[in-house]
Amino acid sequence: MEALFSLVVGVLTASGIYLLLRGRTFPVIVGLALLGYAVNLFLFSTGGLHTHAAAVIGESISPADPLPQALVLTAIVIGFAMTAFVVILAIRARSELGSDHVDGQSGEAGDAK
Amino acid sequence: MIQHLITLPVLIPMIGAMALLLASQASDTRRRQLSVVLCAAQVLVSAWLLSRAAGGELLFYALGNWQAPFGIVLMVDRLSALMLALTAVLALGCVLFASAGEDARGSNFHGLFQLQLMGLNGAFLTGDLFNLFVFFEILLLASYALLMHGGGKERIGAGLHYVILNLAGSALFLVALGVLYGATGTLNMADMARRVAVMSGDQAALVTAGALLLVVVFSLKAALLPLYFWLPRTYAAAPAPVAALFAIMTKVGLYAILRVQALIFVETPAAAHITTWLWWSGLATIALAGVGVLAARDLRTLVAYLVLVSVGTLLAGLALGSIEAIGALLYYLPHTTLACGALYLIAELIGQQRGKAGTRLVRGRRLYQRHLLGGMFLVAAVAVAGLPPLAGALGKLLLMQATEGTARLWLWPLLLLAGLCALIAMSRAGSVFFWASYKGEVESGRVSRPQLAGALWLLASAPLLVGFAGPVSDYARDTAEQLAAPQVVISRLLGASPALQFGQHILDEGESP
Repeated sequence: MEALFSLVVGVLTASGIYLLLRGRTFPVIVGLALLGYAVNLFLFSTGGLHTHAAAVIGESISPADPLPQALVLTAIVIGFAMTAFVVILAIRARSELGSDHVDGQSGEAGDAK
Repeated sequence: MIQHLITLPVLIPMIGAMALLLASQASDTRRRQLSVVLCAAQVLVSAWLLSRAAGGELLFYALGNWQAPFGIVLMVDRLSALMLALTAVLALGCVLFASAGEDARGSNFHGLFQLQLMGLNGAFLTGDLFNLFVFFEILLLASYALLMHGGGKERIGAGLHYVILNLAGSALFLVALGVLYGATGTLNMADMARRVAVMSGDQAALVTAGALLLVVVFSLKAALLPLYFWLPRTYAAAPAPVAALFAIMTKVGLYAILRVQALIFVETPAAAHITTWLWWSGLATIALAGVGVLAARDLRTLVAYLVLVSVGTLLAGLALGSIEAIGALLYYLPHTTLACGALYLIAELIGQQRGKAGTRLVRGRRLYQRHLLGGMFLVAAVAVAGLPPLAGALGKLLLMQATEGTARLWLWPLLLLAGLCALIAMSRAGSVFFWASYKGEVESGRVSRPQLAGALWLLASAPLLVGFAGPVSDYARDTAEQLAAPQVVISRLLGASPALQFGQHILDEGESP
């Protein structure tokens, strides 16, 4: 399970960083979202990966660490708000700058005239 | 009752922000009054905390009465109190200045401003790493909105870079926290410090990786060399009062580096790596920012590069690590923050009297109030270039005295050359603005009373910091001594039975990955 889990986190991070380095705002935002998923999964695993272990004392023989779950929840909420904000910002930048290139360059295929 | 007052620097702006956001129907005057009152209240509270902390007292507050390693603690030592006071003083000047009309160019300026203060104050108060992340996010979210206050192409373009870069930084911050939590099993700074001190082998390597990741994130906020390219454009695009407040944003990164370095990682192998990186990147930042100061074609960009010079100076001083060096940088820090803030406000005042030419360094029409603005510009230029008789010179002198051995060969020439660059650039800017102008001024863009009050409030710090140089530098030195003895904080917060708790910790370790 550990190998699969780390593979998933690794692939998500790599794809996220690849997309983050693209020139258009849409891939960049998708990249940020993927990076956020990778980070959340990673945080989730910092308490150790257990099966059949509830995060409540007395429910199972060795309870899971509840703190990473609380941290992930916070990170998800913050990440969600940030993604919403950056989507709106990208739309605004597209209309103000006339291009969805992150540097505001225009004149490429798909730009507003 | 009195022990709850330590939460006030977070509560006042939070409640104030809610009131200001809800009262969107209230008149501008009402909201301005409320905002100024809130900032004045924060100045008073932070002065009170400063006077408590000056006696060497450590104040702790366990939120929800959850005891230390388990719950979140707020902590006030000399460093936190100093940063809180600096934030409050800077914010009051910015709010006064914004009340002249800048705040009416977009919606909810004052509410967002208070939220930003809440994030800043919280980041300076908290003693918990994850809580630090949360307060960072609060201050960043507010700063995104403030940066784009009033809109416009330039701001949106700069804002997009700033937001995306900081989101990537936040992801990295979480990775660092995950690594550190996985290795130590705690997020409380004091508890983590105690645990990393006895680690070895694989766990110690993980801690080193986590520590360096954290420093990368904080360097992004502090704008250290490979990570500063976002700053000049962002700061030059921001509205003047916001840019002035942003002068403290780079210092949040510096504070966070100083805090984790002095409290948590000082005894670990990571400490040596951190100081080496900070030293060389700090020096390179000074060098490149000095070139940037000379190359800038606009006063706002010029001031942004001056902010970078001060960041490089402070971080190189931090890397020296001795009590003298930390004391010197803590004396220099309030001065440089307030001087850069004041310069942003003065740049705005100059720009509004020059019509189309704005703050660009080109011939423009003659300023209407050239004596007033010229005088203020002169004081600010002398302060920021670090010339005597103002506090910048003293701060640099203290820092240069604190460097020893071969470090002198690097820091002295760079620091002095950067000062020279600032001097040349500021004299050039001043002569363009005040002498190389067309005849015939237009009576427009008169400096209003709140604008003058805000700019003078920040500018007054430079002579005051010289007048009270003795007490301020004593305080800075005491702060450095307090930072050099992290065991005191740890034992005060967690009690003095480390052996017992270590045993407990090693038992726990068997179960964690």
